Amino acid sequence: MSLSVLYDAPGPKTRRNSMIASIIGVILIVAFFFWMYLTLAAPRVSANGAIQPGTFDPSRWDIVARADLWMSFGIGTLNTLRMAAVAAVLAVLIGILFSFGRTSRFAVVRGVTGVILEFVRGIPVLLMIFFVFLVFAAGSYWSGVFGLALYNGAIIGEALRAGVKSLPRGQREAGLAVGLTPIKAWAFIEFPQAFRQMLPIILAQLVVLLKDTSLAFIVSYPELARTIGNNRNFFGSRYMFTLFAIGLVIYLVLNLTMSWLARFVARRSGPKLGKALPNTPRQIGVDGTRAITLPGGGYGPPDPPH
Amino acid sequence: MIDAIIDVSPAYFAGFLMTLQLLAISGVGAFVVGVLIATMRISPVPSLRMFATVYTEVLRNVPLLLVLMFCALVVPILGSDLDYYPLALIGLTAYTSPFVAEAIRSGFNGVPVGQAEAARSIGMGFGQTVTLVVLPQAARMVVPPLINVFIALTKNTSVAGIFFVDELFKQTDAATRDNPSDVILVLIYAALLYLVITVPLGLIAGAIEKRVVVMR
Repeated sequence: MSLSVLYDAPGPKTRRNSMIASIIGVILIVAFFFWMYLTLAAPRVSANGAIQPGTFDPSRWDIVARADLWMSFGIGTLNTLRMAAVAAVLAVLIGILFSFGRTSRFAVVRGVTGVILEFVRGIPVLLMIFFVFLVFAAGSYWSGVFGLALYNGAIIGEALRAGVKSLPRGQREAGLAVGLTPIKAWAFIEFPQAFRQMLPIILAQLVVLLKDTSLAFIVSYPELARTIGNNRNFFGSRYMFTLFAIGLVIYLVLNLTMSWLARFVARRSGPKLGKALPNTPRQIGVDGTRAITLPGGGYGPPDPPH
Repeated sequence: MIDAIIDVSPAYFAGFLMTLQLLAISGVGAFVVGVLIATMRISPVPSLRMFATVYTEVLRNVPLLLVLMFCALVVPILGSDLDYYPLALIGLTAYTSPFVAEAIRSGFNGVPVGQAEAARSIGMGFGQTVTLVVLPQAARMVVPPLINVFIALTKNTSVAGIFFVDELFKQTDAATRDNPSDVILVLIYAALLYLVITVPLGLIAGAIEKRVVVMR
């Protein structure tokens, strides 16, 4: 539901009130950040009376001029991406396998896949990575990759299954009627449509996967989060805030780019809602009521089916 | 084998209780903050909407490990003398709240526009439309995704174990070192304890989802 229906196009009085509220809001937010800045910048007195320089003191930031620091962050970023890329490909493959198993003709296959899925989805990724690391002695890189791929594969598998389930039954029946075997009907008719329809969810899950590579911290894989820790041990803990800030910015840039890319691809190649799906009822009252929306507000994209 | 299970049980149950505590307290906290953020996101005041959007985008795109690292390693440097446990609670609450807000927002988006339009057309204002018409319908649809957020939170509490909170994952880590010959057993034991929380929650979410679908 577009929120512009919830209230009238504002008149002069409302616009003024809204403006005042906005200004107060901005002032409060700015004041909060200013307070945080002052707190961070103030020199600190430790328990034994020694005075330490504030967070923004040059002595806490001089390491940013060192090439080896950026070298190590660069390697950490590459390691994160290297793990995420391989795990993402594996996760999609495992997801396809899971969804295939869950829609199998044989009750045994369905049952076993279901139990494995519940198990994999129900335990923390951290425990999964740890499990692969200790039980299969896979080394830190591959335990991270397999732990992440298995967990995210289970979620992608469930998304694909939901996608197959939401297709009109006629799709599969038409395939069977022209003589395809059930497996071929699944592979050539049902799966491609389900994959396309679930692409936004799959891509969103891959963004989660990228974030979760930080959990490979636990098996000492030298990714970005571990890089922060390693540099802290190397340069000393007074640089902790600096190192953390650098790591945070790199993560934000990586993840926001990925999220944006995911949204872009989803918009480009997602399903055309209301055309591909039979069960998206036409919403009553969508046409001809633009009078109550904000100027230029519009309705936005149609609601997803529920 | 049985010895290993008996050996680790007391530590596991203590860890399990700690995990439940983390889940309950940060769950309630995240719900409160999440509702606040969701309200800001649909409010008529642009600056609040903007703040809520930025808050959601930033926290959703930072790994939980980094959020907890900030709480456990950076905040103490800044002069706070809080213990690791309340710091972990703050971190988990902050990390989970945007997901709660998004779940609530998606519930709002699930209510057909016509409902709000009908309410507006009989003269209800913003407050009345939201509280009397949209919210009661959205509440039902919000429950399953919200439970899924809490399932994710259950699993996420394990990350607090890295940062010195004695919850189930930390106990598991210690148990694998104490019982090198029964590593698999000890790990599966811990996994089952997590499943004891997550599987029933998942079943409840599924059941409610089915009922909501029938009602619509």
